[in-house]
Amino acid sequence: MSATAVTLPPGSLRFWQTTVGKKAIMAVTGIILFGFVIGHLLGNLQIFAGPEKLNHYAVQLRSLGPLLWATRIVLLIAVGLHIWSSVALWALQREARPIGYVKKANINSTYASRTMYWSGPIILAFVIYHLLNFTFGSVHPGGAFVEGSVYNNAVTSFQLWPVSLFYIIAMVLLCMHLYHGLWSMLQSLGFSHPVYTPWVQLLAKIFAILIAIGYISIPVAVLAGILKPVF
Amino acid sequence: MKLTLHIWRQKNAQDKGRMVRYEVPNVNEHMSFLEMLDVLNESLIEKGEDPVAFDHDCREGICGMCGMMVNGKAHGGFPGTTVCQLHMRHFKDGDELYLEPWRAKAFPVVKDLAVNRGALDRIIAAGGFITVPTGSAPDGNAIPVKKQDSDLAMDAAACIGCGACVAACPNAAAALFTGAKISHLGQLPQGQAERDRRALAMVEQMRIEDFANCTNIGECVAACPKEIKLEVIARMNRDYIKGSLTKRPQRLAESAG
Amino acid sequence: MELKANIPSGPIEQAWDKHKFELKLVNPANKRKYNLIVVGSGLAGGAAAASLGELGYNVQCFCYQDSPRRAHSIAAQGGINAAKNYHNDGDSVYRLFYDTVKGGDFRAREANVYRLAQVSVNIIDQCVAQGVPFAREYGGLLDNRSFGGAQVSRTFYARGQTGQQLLLGAYQALERQIGLGSVKMYPRTEMLDLIVVDGHARGIVTRDMLTGKIDVHIGDAVILATGGYGNVFYLSTNAKGCNVTASWRAHKRGALFANPCYTQIHPTCIPVAGDYQSKLTLMSESLRNDGRIWVPKQKGDKRAPNSIPEDERDYYLERRYPSFGNLVPRDIASRAAKAECDAGRGVGETGLGVYLDFADAIKRLGKSKIEERYGNLFEMYERITGENPYEVPMRIYPASHYTMGGLWVDYNLMSTIPGLFVLGEANFSDHGANRLGASALMQGLADGYFVIPYTIGNYLATTKLGKIANDVPEAKEAVANVTSVTQRLLNAKGTRTVDSYHRELGKIVWDYCGMARNAAGLQKALSLIPALREEYWKNVRVLGSNEEFNQSLEKAGRVADFFELAELMCIDALDRDESCGGHFREEYQTPEGEALRDDANFSYVAAWEYKGVGQPPVLNKEPLTFNYVHPSQRSYK
Ligand SMILES: Cc1cc2nc3c(=O)[nH]c(=O)nc-3n(C[C@H](O)[C@H](O)[C@H](O)COP(=O)(O)OP(=O)(O)OC[C@H]3O[C@@H](n4cnc5c(N)ncnc54)[C@H](O)[C@@H]3O)c2cc1C
Ligand code: HEM
Ligand code: HEM
Ligand code: SF4
Ligand code: F3S
Ligand code: FES
Repeated sequence: MSATAVTLPPGSLRFWQTTVGKKAIMAVTGIILFGFVIGHLLGNLQIFAGPEKLNHYAVQLRSLGPLLWATRIVLLIAVGLHIWSSVALWALQREARPIGYVKKANINSTYASRTMYWSGPIILAFVIYHLLNFTFGSVHPGGAFVEGSVYNNAVTSFQLWPVSLFYIIAMVLLCMHLYHGLWSMLQSLGFSHPVYTPWVQLLAKIFAILIAIGYISIPVAVLAGILKPVF
Repeated sequence: MKLTLHIWRQKNAQDKGRMVRYEVPNVNEHMSFLEMLDVLNESLIEKGEDPVAFDHDCREGICGMCGMMVNGKAHGGFPGTTVCQLHMRHFKDGDELYLEPWRAKAFPVVKDLAVNRGALDRIIAAGGFITVPTGSAPDGNAIPVKKQDSDLAMDAAACIGCGACVAACPNAAAALFTGAKISHLGQLPQGQAERDRRALAMVEQMRIEDFANCTNIGECVAACPKEIKLEVIARMNRDYIKGSLTKRPQRLAESAG
Repeated sequence: MELKANIPSGPIEQAWDKHKFELKLVNPANKRKYNLIVVGSGLAGGAAAASLGELGYNVQCFCYQDSPRRAHSIAAQGGINAAKNYHNDGDSVYRLFYDTVKGGDFRAREANVYRLAQVSVNIIDQCVAQGVPFAREYGGLLDNRSFGGAQVSRTFYARGQTGQQLLLGAYQALERQIGLGSVKMYPRTEMLDLIVVDGHARGIVTRDMLTGKIDVHIGDAVILATGGYGNVFYLSTNAKGCNVTASWRAHKRGALFANPCYTQIHPTCIPVAGDYQSKLTLMSESLRNDGRIWVPKQKGDKRAPNSIPEDERDYYLERRYPSFGNLVPRDIASRAAKAECDAGRGVGETGLGVYLDFADAIKRLGKSKIEERYGNLFEMYERITGENPYEVPMRIYPASHYTMGGLWVDYNLMSTIPGLFVLGEANFSDHGANRLGASALMQGLADGYFVIPYTIGNYLATTKLGKIANDVPEAKEAVANVTSVTQRLLNAKGTRTVDSYHRELGKIVWDYCGMARNAAGLQKALSLIPALREEYWKNVRVLGSNEEFNQSLEKAGRVADFFELAELMCIDALDRDESCGGHFREEYQTPEGEALRDDANFSYVAAWEYKGVGQPPVLNKEPLTFNYVHPSQRSYK
């Protein structure tokens, strides 16, 4: 019987081949992506300070030149690895339970934690659309995309409610993703403590919600007419 | 009371298997869940039908042999209770119960509700031990152990290897089981020498056995009859990551003696 | 047949060391040429298989569970004894030896017991090094408690799961050897016969419980560590799978069975609730430290316990044994409970139970203290009975718990078949007529870690064993025998289930060969059992085939052996016209109702020789001599 098998010596699998290794990669890349989401939010919120401020900020960013590209490359690699490992693990999970349950109850888990493999990809889809929308401008409903006039580009598209709605949905999913992800990453990297972990979990939830509110405030403000295009 | 059971019947590993409906009249509230199944089986045998196969031995919650999903909950889902300790007073007349085996690629069904959990043994064989050839041990009191550490080690060591954590985990991960053993031994001074090696070997074996990854969902903790804590998974991750970052490549390790 | 115990000469203190030196060794280079078969993965088997694999032997290990970690040793709660004297309270190897011989009511072999006490010390060291999380004090050193009425604190424990933790230690050592390839593990594989070639044990016949495949395993020696036979009573604290099959089939092949009538009944178990009951759950003995045992004074008093006034309660243990009170030894406490229930004063629906009351303790120490001491036990009780012991007194009743009898072995743990070694509860060796609490774990590990690795080497080094093939006539014959038994069971195609027979058999053995026995009852049992056995073979119903996972078939084979063992138990009990330890013959008691030994006529080990089903077995005697602990009458007044 198989329980008699001789086992392999440790080191027979590489770090990135094990489930724990892949999770660590997701966690680290997750942190980087999280950092971007924060920074990006702070940048975007300047939209409330009016077009000059935001456009100027965008120009500043561009002026960073190589530095900007460096960050972009880091981000690209992070997204790449994050996605690669999540896809690999997702495939593994499909295999790990070939026959499902007729009845399965969940006793002790959040919806967010069980849907990481949905919220993630949808965020990805959003980002792709988003890049076309604001960075390359190749997809830009609601008026012409004007290179550099970041403010108008944003506001004009958000004036179309379907666009705003899509953004808002995406932000909600991002919120869910971080709702679980922000503490999960610490657990995945080996941090857990009976006293601190509950607080970490609480903070993660607050953060996730604040970030979503911050982002959502922009399309909402546009729809509410607080932010108007300037010509 | 009278119960309706829907039980997974599967003649052997090759058979496809299906849910079959049974009526159990005269269930007594003092019966244990397994005694209720005994009664069903006695009646099936009298009718000349194949009795339902399910694993069990100690029937007091310590051997880890029993285990099945009851209405989608491992061991029935009562805190700190194995299905053999579950009593019928928790159910009421007319209840419908769905009984299914643990589901995981690593746990092939043997028959009906019985599965093969050899994969868990192989994870232990890979590194879930402290190497002490018989007779080579120092005096029991030679190394004092902080009470807190030994209590935490005991908490983790309480694992009975039932596999409910795997069964309840949406990903079919064996993280709680493996984390429990890594925490038990890693918490004690006696376990330090092999700590890195142990984590590497066991985590790798977990992958080789086709258990999926943990995404920190936490269903395992709710299902665990010994109430093993999520913390043990973090410990496993920490020991594994540290182990792999500090590990020397084989050839260097050898040259380093 | 002459029984050679091979006890080393000379002073008992040096006997084991001297013997170890005299034992022949196997050349390390040759060790892997030897195939050793270990049946059982409990404390005894697991420890043996791991240690022998480590030494370099080629080991094959078998168990009926799906993993070696589930052996019944896992269920042990209380603790394990060792003469460490860490508490400076006057313990010593000699005292542990003394207590064990006395506790065994002077029916154990002194030399074996002394060795057990000696190696007990190494066991703790070994287990600590393996990572067994024994209870500790704040200083970081090991904690001890006093257990089962011992006057010294020599019991080491790991919460209420000592057996589990010790077994996991052995299991992990075993898995390590499995991983290294020196031990090959066969879970879900049941031993069904022993292969004896030219008078030497050379292998076993097994059934793969998943496929029904019958296999022959040939080796140079066979080690049985298959546990006790308490399940002969059907209801016991043993796991459902515990069985006598391996020992019994070896007995049929010529290994003598010693003292089968020595069985231990544990006083504090949760009473039977109904006829569907499948097993009994033990409540740790420690409960008797604070609980008071009582029954209502008047017969059939059906009032709720709390509404029975103090002066209408009979705290019978405190009344009958003023000095020991509720802490009298297991056998005495058990018999006293039975007496009360037989007299109609039993409590609970069935009338088979007595109260274990914590009301006073809670008053005296406060609920929190009691919770701290017994919290998990109280929980367990409530989970099973649905009653809250903090408010209503617990109901307890004695249950079969341990079997001191087993296959006869010499000082080297070798049975009367050369090459067949027997370890742990399966042998008869160290506990005499009654086992002290926390001594079985000690014995299992002593046998497995520290005795067999030496003694088996001597056997291998001094015995010329030719190479033999899997198809020697003896093996073929054994396979044929196994197959025919299986076929008989499957072909009976009767009307009654295996369990219904086991229940009926158990009741007979419990009623007539249980806590208290008498000649008339035993004779009655000896007429009932064979009759029921006859019927069993004709009328049992086992469905399905051999070539599948067939749990009824497994049970059927085990029950068939229990029938034959039950008969031998009664014969042994009837033959021993005295009371000693767990064997209480009502005809032989002191005026105070104490066990009355007859050292003049019965100071011997009764080793029975098999002569065929239904044929009277032949009694062989190993006389017992006591040069150190001189027999005295126990008194707990
Ligand atoms: C509820 C309970 C509590 C106890 N508490 C204590 C305590 O506190 N202290 C103490 O010292 N003792 C205690 N005991 C007694 C002690 O646990 C046992 O005597 C001891 O563990 C027996 O160990 P063993 O290795 O001899 O047998 P077991 O642990 O029973 O192992 C038997 C092994 O043999 C295998 N086997 C059996 N039959 C076959 C077969 N036919 N073919 C193949 N394999 C087979 C089984 O699979 C198993 O692996 C307790 C016992 C019980 C029941
Ligand atoms: C702004 C973008 C993103 C951020 C900030 C982010 C952040 C995180 C974080 C912090 C985790 C927790 C990691 C862990 O538990 O170890 C995580 C997990 C996850 N992410 Fe993302 N992620 C982002 C985008 C994505 C995308 C685009 C995908 C999918 C293609 C994705 C899929 C996943 C999955 C499946 C997990 C679960 C991993 C786990 O918890 O085991 N994420 N993410
Ligand atoms: C309402 C919310 C958002 C607004 C208004 C917004 C706005 C913008 C704008 C205007 C740009 C172009 C900047 C420039 O070209 O200089 C941009 C770029 C980008 N945004 Fe957003 N964004 C939002 C949400 C998000 C979210 C949630 C993510 C990721 C999860 C995201 C990811 C990106 C990325 C990756 C870029 C490209 C950055 C680069 O050019 O390097 N955005 N965003
Ligand atoms: S961790 Fe809990 S659920 Fe998992 S095997 Fe151990 S005891 Fe069972
Ligand atoms: S449920 Fe599964 S995902 Fe991790 S936390 Fe438990 S193993
Ligand atoms: S049967 Fe042993 S834990 Fe349930």
